[in-house]
Formats: sequence, structure tokens, C-alpha cells
Amino acid sequence: MGDVSTAGLDGLAERLRVVAGAGNVITDPAELRTYECDGLTYHRATPGIVVLPDSAEQIAEIVRACTAEGVPYIARGSGTGLSGGALPRTDGVLIVTSRMRRILEIDIDDERAVVEPGVINLDVTKAVRSQGYYYAPDPSSQQICSIGGNVAENSGGAHCLKYGFTVNHVLACEVVTPDGEIVEISEAPGYDLLGAFVGSEGTLGITTKITVRLTRLPEKVETLLAAFDTIESAGEAVSAIISAGVVPAAIEMMDALSIEAAEAAVACDYPPGAGAVLVVELDGPTAEVDHQFAQVKELCDAAFEIRVAADDTERALIWRGRKSAFAAVGRISPDYIVQDGVIPRTALPEVLARIDELSGDSGVRVANVFHAGDGNLHPLVLFDDAVPGAAERAEMVSGQILDLCIEHGGSITGEHGVGVDKAKHMPRMFTEEDLDTMQMVRCAFDPAGLCNPGKVYPTPRLCGEVPGRRTGVHPLVESGKADLF
Amino acid sequence: MTQVIDALAKACEVRPAEPEDAVQGVGAAYVAAPATVTEAGELMRAAAEHRLTVVPRGAGTKLHWGAPPERCDLIVETRRLGRLIEHTAGDLVVKAEAGLPLEKLQEAVSGTRQQLALDALVPGATVGGTLATATAGPRRLLYGSARDLLIGITVVRADGVVAHAGGKVVKNVAGYDLGKLFTGSRGTLGLITEAAFRLHPLPQASAYVSATVADAAAALELTRALRRSSLVPSAIEVDGPDPITVTVLLEGFAGGVPARAEAARDLIGGRITEEPPGWWGRLPDGEVLAEVRAAPSKLTAVFQEAPAHVRGSAGRGVWHVGLPAGDAEQALDRLRRHGSAVVLSAPDGTALDRWGPVPALALMRRVKDQFDPEHRLSPGRFAGGI
Repeated sequence: MGDVSTAGLDGLAERLRVVAGAGNVITDPAELRTYECDGLTYHRATPGIVVLPDSAEQIAEIVRACTAEGVPYIARGSGTGLSGGALPRTDGVLIVTSRMRRILEIDIDDERAVVEPGVINLDVTKAVRSQGYYYAPDPSSQQICSIGGNVAENSGGAHCLKYGFTVNHVLACEVVTPDGEIVEISEAPGYDLLGAFVGSEGTLGITTKITVRLTRLPEKVETLLAAFDTIESAGEAVSAIISAGVVPAAIEMMDALSIEAAEAAVACDYPPGAGAVLVVELDGPTAEVDHQFAQVKELCDAAFEIRVAADDTERALIWRGRKSAFAAVGRISPDYIVQDGVIPRTALPEVLARIDELSGDSGVRVANVFHAGDGNLHPLVLFDDAVPGAAERAEMVSGQILDLCIEHGGSITGEHGVGVDKAKHMPRMFTEEDLDTMQMVRCAFDPAGLCNPGKVYPTPRLCGEVPGRRTGVHPLVESGKADLF
Repeated sequence: MTQVIDALAKACEVRPAEPEDAVQGVGAAYVAAPATVTEAGELMRAAAEHRLTVVPRGAGTKLHWGAPPERCDLIVETRRLGRLIEHTAGDLVVKAEAGLPLEKLQEAVSGTRQQLALDALVPGATVGGTLATATAGPRRLLYGSARDLLIGITVVRADGVVAHAGGKVVKNVAGYDLGKLFTGSRGTLGLITEAAFRLHPLPQASAYVSATVADAAAALELTRALRRSSLVPSAIEVDGPDPITVTVLLEGFAGGVPARAEAARDLIGGRITEEPPGWWGRLPDGEVLAEVRAAPSKLTAVFQEAPAHVRGSAGRGVWHVGLPAGDAEQALDRLRRHGSAVVLSAPDGTALDRWGPVPALALMRRVKDQFDPEHRLSPGRFAGGI
């Protein structure tokens, strides 16, 4: 199929070589395959062309060239996304931002930094840590994921319970629109286009410059690991902490199976025999943290063991098991699906019991890792692809877990995005009218539907002619230069 | 006329407008008050069928903001949409109808020692009005503004279709975030009917530390010291110029706040009080009221360029200025060299560029064309004449 669809791309490839330089345009089939998937390897497609631009102007020209030819294009940062949001198209262009890795400006006085989209998340923190600041959103992939990708996905992380998501830490974005224009969007003045753009999964344009807010490093951080006999008693401790009015920086939970996997992978040395562990982190002014930490320890009194990190090294040890959990599952199962669903936190006991039942009934093992504070579940559905029918059964259980989330008033994705993977689930969470209304934004930005098509929404909205009303408006008002009355 | 009112009456309670229903001098024809989201949908559909221009109204506390509408056939009141739909304390989430006054919402959730961490900048404001105007007060520094606390929204489109986005969980990236798009859209994209917010625990204790300084440069130094500290203030506000006061709010557990307040006083001097200064969380006086956004270090420039009252979040770089009408145009021009300055309200008949340069205005027009192709919702009130 590649031959048929890519044949028409030769002329475009020539054009892109002029724009980005011959060495930055890939058309060799073997090299193209390097880009055939993102972090969700389940979906694959070899891109028609890969281009690695170096500037917003180049991206704008690439977008204009694609638009002129009617060729779809997809932006990709580090390719760590877990919903196939950066899945290429055989008949399209993949615009990779990995060469745009400059931190353009650090302004400690105004607590902000301006970065290019390919800058690695953790590198922002590394650049400002010595001055007492950090970049708060911390997805587990922060050592390799890019800020541009974080913007597309509205990435969260373990600490978003207290600090919020990417959208709460981005002050402005320079964007190449599907028209090939370079515009700056922010919260105000005018419509909050920034709020709509962040988390739009690359379907409204490509960000080329991001102004992020920097956060003051906390005076004190305390981290504890609490081991419980059962997942129920761990869940009760989480409820008690939240009810006490404590907002920890993070509360993470792992069940026995995911602990087993983490032990096998990184020898994290969590207390043996635990039915569940909680990782609780508090940060802030010393006086606050000390008080709340004492409270949290008390509320975890059902734990059979509590370990407190004495320093950053011990803290890293506690976190190591949790942060390695997804990959670690590979040690106990040849294949697995990482699910990402959200439930109201109070539904946790019931939903966990139902997942247990699903697992028991189907014989499919499910390891549970989650951000317990905000009800974001990451069930890991284990299977062996070599066993006939196992993948289908795992897929079924994974889908049923999402049904549970929807049934309990939650969401089909808390942080991994809809991408290509979950577009089919959107109609179970939203009505046809909801999806139509969301796609009105798409029609405003990308009426031709060439910017990362086929993602997020199962059925594209036809953008049709809009009966604009253009009479009687003064040209200056129209152009935004004046607003007289 | 009878035909129109009959059509609207099929949807919900409706009456002919009175002179006092006029929006900035623009008389209305009808006032309708749907009692449910379904009624609101039917009403908006009837309005579409009769090509009526529509201006939503909550408590009406900020109806004088923005330019007058080009036309105002129908006012849609949200006062009968005033229910608190759901408060799940264990999830720290509340969902309410748009017409519920913010104070009532706070009262309802405070029973479980929770709060919507959003200051009612204008007393009496409703949930819907607060969202439509994107108002937020001092605590935006720590908690963010309305857009940051909103987790789900229900709107009625210009064509009467009811649509939702987000949900009632804090963490959720499914679909576009229409809630943020509607926050600050001033009734030009649709009618907001319901909203869900994340809540925060009420702090056990609060303390304010206020210092009066000689000039704006000194105020900037104090705010800088507070921002660079590890005290995690909930708000850093400035008010001036006669005199210029810097006030910082510290919130937290009862045993920790006094020590943090003293540390703040060590940094900036002044005195510690349990209650805020009288001006706290209120808009400044002035004929022309504008919202200025600039980097926090522009504090001195803002004082220099605005020959009048300045008040707002020195931590976030969002200030309100009250300008005399005669100087407003020039002051706004000067302020716009440092950031954005949007006029919220001005005396009738004042000729002003209310918005200044608006980047991405062409995209905004296209968003408007999609949501309201006939330009019937609050026409002319928004940026670029939208």
C-alpha cells in the first residue's frame, strides 16, 4: 500500500528538501520505519515522508506545502505518547521536532522560560534547579519526552494532584496553524485559545515555541512508603488523608502483582508480603510539611510497615519501584496493555473489586498501579500473544475497565490521551452533540482536516461553508487594530 | 411580536423587557428565564428560528462590561438555573447550575470544610457570570483562575444544541477542553448552563502581612522577595498609589501559619493581621476599569503608565487599573507597550479601543463563526467586534 500512496509524495519530498535541507528529509523505507509508531507500539504505520525542521518558519512552509498538495501531516516530539497520537500515515508527512531543542530564554525574575518544542521535559528543570526553580509537570517519561509533546497531550504526572497539568503551567505558545501562519496564543486577551490548544493532541496546529511557568522548589519534601496487607486498607488510608484536608504532592498506589513486577525488574526492595503499597509525598514550607507528615503517618496506621525517606537518595529508591512499574510488568508477562482511566476517587473500592472480578472471570491477570489521589487508574492487563485468543481476551478486559470508568462518572483517559487508540471509546463518554461541538473548534483551526487526522474523534465533522456576516464592519475593527464604539 | 413571545413561551417563562433590562443603553425586547437545561436548549432553538440576538444574564453584576451589544432582542436569565447539582466531598468536586451565586456555592461546600478557591471579585456574581468574564481574585496566585479550577461544562449552542465537555473528575484529557474556551468568552459562543469545579480544603488558618512602601520600585522589591521565598503565599497583592501597599496572604494549618507570617514580615516589614485590608479582593475605583496583564517585573511600569488606581496580583502579573476617562486612551496605549490591557467597563459614550492588539484574532473570528455563524450571541461585545 505504501507504494501507491507514497508515489504522489515525490514532488512534495523535493519541496521539503528545499525547505529543511536535503539531509533533514527522510524517504528511505528502512529509515522511515524507525518512525512507524510512538510509545504505543500496537499501532504502526510507516510514514510517507519524515522531515526534521529547525525553525517555526520551516514548519510553516512544510505545513503550507502539505496543504497545497492536500497531504496530511502529523507532528512528533520524542514519540513517547501512549495513545498513538503521533501515529504516522503512509500517505502523510511526519514532522519531527527533535532538532528544535533550544532553551531560548530563562527569566528567573519573572519565573518563566521560553523553550522550543523538542526540549526534553526534565532539561527545563535541570536548567533552572540551581537557581531554586523547577518545571512542575513530571510525566513518568520526563527524561525523554518533549515539551511540545507535553503540550499536545496536556501531560500530567505523579505530582499533578497538587500542581496541576501542563495546561496550568504554560503561559503562551507560538503555533503554526493549519493555514501555515505563525501565531502567538495565550489565555488572554480574547478567547482562551491556549486552553483549547493544550491537550488537543496535535490536531489544531503545531507548537513551535512554548513559554512555561517555573515553580519555586519547595523548602521541604517528605516521602513515605506504607505497606498494607490489603488494597482495601490502603484505599481507606487514601480516603482518610484526603478527608483530613491534606493535599499531598503525590499519592501513588501499587498492588501485589505490580510490586512483584517492580521487584523482578529493579529490585526496589518494597516490604515483602504487601497486598498494596502507598507512596505519599508532601512538599512545601517546613512548618506545613512537618505537621501534615505527622498526620499522614497517623492516618496510615493500618500499614504493617512505614518507611520514611531520610534523603534524596532514599526518596529516589522509594520512587524507583513506582516509576519503573509499567516497563517492569514485562518481567512477569510477555505482553501487556497499559490502560489509563479515571474514576471519582470515592469509587475506588468498588471499581477495584469489579476489576478483580473481571480478572477472575476471564482468567486475564491485571496489575494495578495508580495515582490514587485523583482516581487515575493504570491497570496493566497481562497476556501472552503466543497463546491464541489471549490478546483478544486482554483487549476485552481492558475495554471493560474503561466501561467501569464511564459507568462511575469518570473518564476514558486521565493523561495518556485519546489518540488513535481510544477514538472509538469517545462516543461512550460523550454524546454525538458533544463531539460535534468539540469539532467545531477543529473546523475553525483546520477546516481541511489535514492536521493529524483520524485522532481523538471517531468520525470527522464536515466543516462546510460558514455563512459569515461581513457587512458594515469597519476595516480597522475587522483587522483588530481598533475597537471603536 | 406576539408570535415571537408565544414561540419563546413554549420553551420557558418569558416576559416583555422593561426599560431597566437594557444592556448599556441597548433596549431588549424579551426576557426569558429557563428553569432547566432542556428548557434553555428549547429557548435557544426558538431564538434561532426567529433570528433573535441573545445576551445571557446572570446576576447582572458585570453586564456593563464590554462594548454595548449591537442589538439585544432576548435576554436569557440564569436565575432559575440556580441549583447545586452535586457536591461529592470525598472527591473534592462540586457541580452547579450557572445561575447559582458563587457565595451560595461556597456556603454549601464549606460545611465539609471545603472551598472553591476562587475569589468573588464582584459581590453577588453567579457561577456562569464568573466563568463568562473569567474573573478571579487574589488567590489566583496559588490556585489559578476560573479556567484552572473548572473541570466540566455544559453549554447551549446558538442553535439550541446542548453540549458537554470535560466531566466531574479532576484528571481528564478526553476531547477538547471547551470549558477553557468558554471561560472569558463573554456570552459570545453560547450559553453556559452548568459547571463542575475541583475544590480545595479550607485552610485552618490565614494571616495577612501588609507593608506600605515609598514607591513602586520598592513594592517590586518586596514582591520579588516574596516570590523568591519558600513561603508559598496564596496571594501577593499590591494596591496603590496613595499609598502603595503590598499584602501577602498565607494559608495553612494553624500551627504553621504564624511562623510563615513572621517570616514574611521579616522579608517585607509591616504588620500581621487576621483580616485582609478593606480593598482586598475588590476592583479599584475609576471611571475606566481595565485589566492589565504583564510579567510580574512590569509592576513599576504599570504604576508609571497608569495615572490612577492600580490593584491586583503582583505574583501573577494581573492587575486592575481604574483610570480617569479623559486620560484612559493614552494610558492604555502606554500600558500596552508592556503587556495587554483590556477595558472592562467605561462610562457610556466613551470612545476607546477596548481590547488593544489581539494576537490570533483571525482564529478567534473563525471560532466565533463556527459556534455562532449568524453572530446572534452578544454581538459586538467582544474583541475585534465579535
